[in-house]
Amino acid sequence: MSEIWIVILGLGAGTFLIRFSFLGLIGDRALPGWALRLLRYVPVAVMPGLVAPLVVWPAATGGETDPARMIASAVALAVGAATRSLLGAIFGGMAALYLALWAFG
Amino acid sequence: MPRDPLRAFLQGMRDGAPFLLVIGPFGLLFGVVAREAGWNVVEILAMSVMVIAGASQFTALQLMREEAPTLVVILTALAVNLRHAMYSASLAPHLGPAPLLKRALVAYVLVDQTYGVAMNRYAIAPAMSAAEKTAYFLGVAAAICPPWYAFSVIGAYAGAAIPAWLALDFAVPITFIALFAPALRSLPHLAAAFVSVVVALLLAGLPYSLGLLIAATLAMLAGAGVEIAMGRRS
Repeated sequence: MSEIWIVILGLGAGTFLIRFSFLGLIGDRALPGWALRLLRYVPVAVMPGLVAPLVVWPAATGGETDPARMIASAVALAVGAATRSLLGAIFGGMAALYLALWAFG
Repeated sequence: MPRDPLRAFLQGMRDGAPFLLVIGPFGLLFGVVAREAGWNVVEILAMSVMVIAGASQFTALQLMREEAPTLVVILTALAVNLRHAMYSASLAPHLGPAPLLKRALVAYVLVDQTYGVAMNRYAIAPAMSAAEKTAYFLGVAAAICPPWYAFSVIGAYAGAAIPAWLALDFAVPITFIALFAPALRSLPHLAAAFVSVVVALLLAGLPYSLGLLIAATLAMLAGAGVEIAMGRRS
């Protein structure tokens, strides 16, 4: 078996086990209150940290901080927080990116 | 199938559909990059079907290009997906009562976008039953996952025809921002997001996404801590 297929199968099986972990184990048993309180913050605890390095050191510029991409991120964040519209945030952010790339380019 | 889960499924598909705008470019990009790295179309499709996680698929590709040992490739790409264990835990209270097979299906399609959309919905409509919540989740996935497979394959064929000025690379961070921005609705949520960003940037040099895991853990504690502090004062 080639290395590519070993990676595909290993990564596929491992990823499923990670995703199934708590969903599979816990079933209809209730979680304790302190756990629920912590889990409430999972989305805002993971995603901002995931995205911050991509914004500050974007791959497309070889890791060089880029004002256009910073502005685009700020616009997406502001639109998303103000309107709670996901599509608005995506369109706003990409429009700001093209404008800023054009302005600075 | 009873009527209400069906309605929830269709609602999920509608709410997931806008993500095609993001899944499309991201999937294309994966196909293009994997083809450049010498993968054939069957391998590209198999990877997207089995993994459904852009960030970790790109990580694996990159490491294989650098000729890292196979085990390191798999473990590092899995580390990128460890955040999904936290998603799994936070979904468990919502979907726990659903049958095991359905929970396994949800686990297969548990990605950032399906999770983000579903959690926003569950926050707005807490009265949904577990069956409706499961159906809703699978509806979102039905709109997002098959196109992910398809776009990877299209990318493999389209290759160099995609112009660089489209800056598709940045569609990915913008999507993540769009996913969490609407959730910044209270002081504890803001505190969690702030801690997450600061710690992730400070620890960005750590290998295996360890920085992100530490940042996320501290951020959860910050959110819960601020919530408790506010509760005491009021």
